[in-house]
Amino acid sequence: MLSIISERIRQGHRTIAYPAAKPPPLPDRFRGLPVLDESKCPDGCHACALACPTDAIARDDQGLRLDLGRCLFCTDCVDACPEGAIRFIQDYRLATTTRADLVLRTGQELKLAQPLEQKMLRLFGRSLKLRQVSAGGDNSSEADLNVLGTIVFDIGRFGIQFVASPRHADGIVVTGPVTENMRLALLTAYEATPAPKLVIAVGADAISGGIFRDHPEVHNGVEGLLPFDLYIPGNPPHPLTILDGFLRLLGRLERNEPRTVPVTAQPDPALSAARS
Amino acid sequence: MNSQGFADFRTGQAIPRGQVPQMPFADFRESIVDAVAGGQRVAALFGDVADSTGNVDLYAVLADSSRALLRVGKATLNSDRFPSLTPDCPPVHLFERELAEQYGVRPDGHPWFKPVRFHSSYRPGHDAWDRKPGEHPVIGVTDFYRVEGEEIHEVAVGPIHAGVIEPGHFRFQCHGEQVFHLEIALGYQHRGAERTLAGGPDKRTIHMMEQVAGDTSVGHATAYCQAVEALAGVEPSLRAQVLRGVALELERLANHTGDLGALAGDVGFLPTASYCGRLRGDFLNLTALLCGSRFGRGMVRPGGARFDLDAARKEKCLERIEAAVRDVATAANLLWTSASVQARFEGTGAISQDTCLALGMVGPAARACGLDCDVRRDFPTGIFRFTLVPVSTWTTGDVFARAYVRWLEIQRSVAFIIDQLQAFPDGPIRADVGPLKPDHLVVSLAEGWRGEICHVALTDGHGQFSRYKIVDPSFHNWMGLAMALRDQQISDFPVCNKSFNLSYCGHDL
Repeated sequence: MLSIISERIRQGHRTIAYPAAKPPPLPDRFRGLPVLDESKCPDGCHACALACPTDAIARDDQGLRLDLGRCLFCTDCVDACPEGAIRFIQDYRLATTTRADLVLRTGQELKLAQPLEQKMLRLFGRSLKLRQVSAGGDNSSEADLNVLGTIVFDIGRFGIQFVASPRHADGIVVTGPVTENMRLALLTAYEATPAPKLVIAVGADAISGGIFRDHPEVHNGVEGLLPFDLYIPGNPPHPLTILDGFLRLLGRLERNEPRTVPVTAQPDPALSAARS
Repeated sequence: MNSQGFADFRTGQAIPRGQVPQMPFADFRESIVDAVAGGQRVAALFGDVADSTGNVDLYAVLADSSRALLRVGKATLNSDRFPSLTPDCPPVHLFERELAEQYGVRPDGHPWFKPVRFHSSYRPGHDAWDRKPGEHPVIGVTDFYRVEGEEIHEVAVGPIHAGVIEPGHFRFQCHGEQVFHLEIALGYQHRGAERTLAGGPDKRTIHMMEQVAGDTSVGHATAYCQAVEALAGVEPSLRAQVLRGVALELERLANHTGDLGALAGDVGFLPTASYCGRLRGDFLNLTALLCGSRFGRGMVRPGGARFDLDAARKEKCLERIEAAVRDVATAANLLWTSASVQARFEGTGAISQDTCLALGMVGPAARACGLDCDVRRDFPTGIFRFTLVPVSTWTTGDVFARAYVRWLEIQRSVAFIIDQLQAFPDGPIRADVGPLKPDHLVVSLAEGWRGEICHVALTDGHGQFSRYKIVDPSFHNWMGLAMALRDQQISDFPVCNKSFNLSYCGHDL
């Protein structure tokens, strides 16, 4: 017993101060928000689109576009680009309210998720119970959702909790490309959740099918299956990206906005080396 | 060639497809049954459609750990039926069900003949259960094992479970609290991964490999890259091999640490649950220090590694790993010294070594039954050819053993990483990978944190994959969990389940 107590004292307090203070520093090679600079694109160059495993990036008649809902953050496009027109900076804030907001273009700021409307905020703002449904998820998004429950992130302090039954839940969090074999279970869980309810998609798989897009056994994620309130891109998203999305949805980040990494952050030399 | 008619080769050695011995099915069957009776393992048993006739070719890959040899043989089925091997060779039971589901060939005499993943046959018009063509099979609509009796009750759980985990369906046949039998029905996670790999490699392939089982991104990417490198005749530099080995062990550290915490949580011992929950993140963050991704995505690439480790980063890595393992040590030792934990771990969910062997189990779950097996030593590839990671075993086969083996392996992995980084060789980190040899076969093994990962690639005349077979360690081990629950209390299911912590998507592919 004494050893348990002394170890408790030694391990100390480990919960991050975020969002009251800055979030803990991310590793320098962390791949967050992509930044596009179309002015660098040579005429007729489609190297990025040819390299992209999920067709997330392309040049259309309005120019270079990158769909965060499909992006694996693999930076194969960065390696392929001869001119350095694409960079991934360390900004971990990526969640949006609409699917359309996930499409980025040169010079356009990502429109981050908006708080719920007043009525919903009154219901869920201080107590949000979520049921997680993995529908073909590869256990990485699931793992980093679980991480939010650890003492480091401790989402309980925001009144957010993952619950066992959809009947006890205010919303469901979907991961995975939605396999045909999970479609019915997902829809049943959604129906079992009492209204009003929220639906949150976590990860490229859930938003667009990710790398499994157009496989005959999957449904390209949740699009068209359920109405969505929050999209959290990533493959998988960093726990801070997920937490940021949850807190924005609940309107808890407006006053205490953490300082962001400047957009001029230098790309990692390792990535430049890989490109050459 | 050896006496059984199978061809000998090694992991990561590409052989021309013409050198794979073709034999009558009866000889093929007998060779496998004899080899397994003689102590060899079935690493893979899979089908492929022969080009001209449309008949199904069966390939078997046997692993002989006493000589670090793999053996491969092949038989062509002339009809859609064959005498099942399972009654004489239990470890192939799930392989045969998989074969039947994929190719519509029926193993006559299979004792529990059901679909594995509930998808349509790869060969339209050939269905082992005579289901209607053109209709997607409905998952879960099948027979389930039942114990009959007035005092028997059935508990069905899933596909959606209480926690934040992947889906699967579990049926318990219970007498009061006592579990007579547990049947595990999976397939909910089936994404069609294996089938879409044919025709590759292309720009999607490596990313697919990293998501076969997303908590084993490094393990599966390593197995894949070894296969591609063998087919291209490329040898990654020593430095790249060290980087991959370090990433593989970091993956093991994160998952083993997380499992110790989750096991503590399942028996209500919150100190270790809390500490290990955080420490798992420390190991994931170390992986992110290496490559930017907590799950090692982007680290392992054909020809070597994508991210290098400069001197400053190396020092930081060493410093942080030493700090993390100090905390893991005290957190883990609380488990072994707390009577309340030991009372729940010891004797719970025990499987005998005989059961373990009969099922062909792998990884920490097999080592916890005293089986001295580890791909890193038995079939070494990459950096493991030049260094020895001692194999960690325990004998009791219970939850305690599966937990304790993890703690032993955590210590070995940390020692390995420190050794490797202190003698970090110079050199490039990535070699160019050219076209793959046409009409070749290669088998690549790697010891993922759950056990043996087996990838088999067959190329066509253009050097593209005509068939790519993946065997995740979970495929061998799920039946072990079912056996572990026999005669246990149903309330011990969570702790038994976590002591295996098997992959749903790795099984369902």
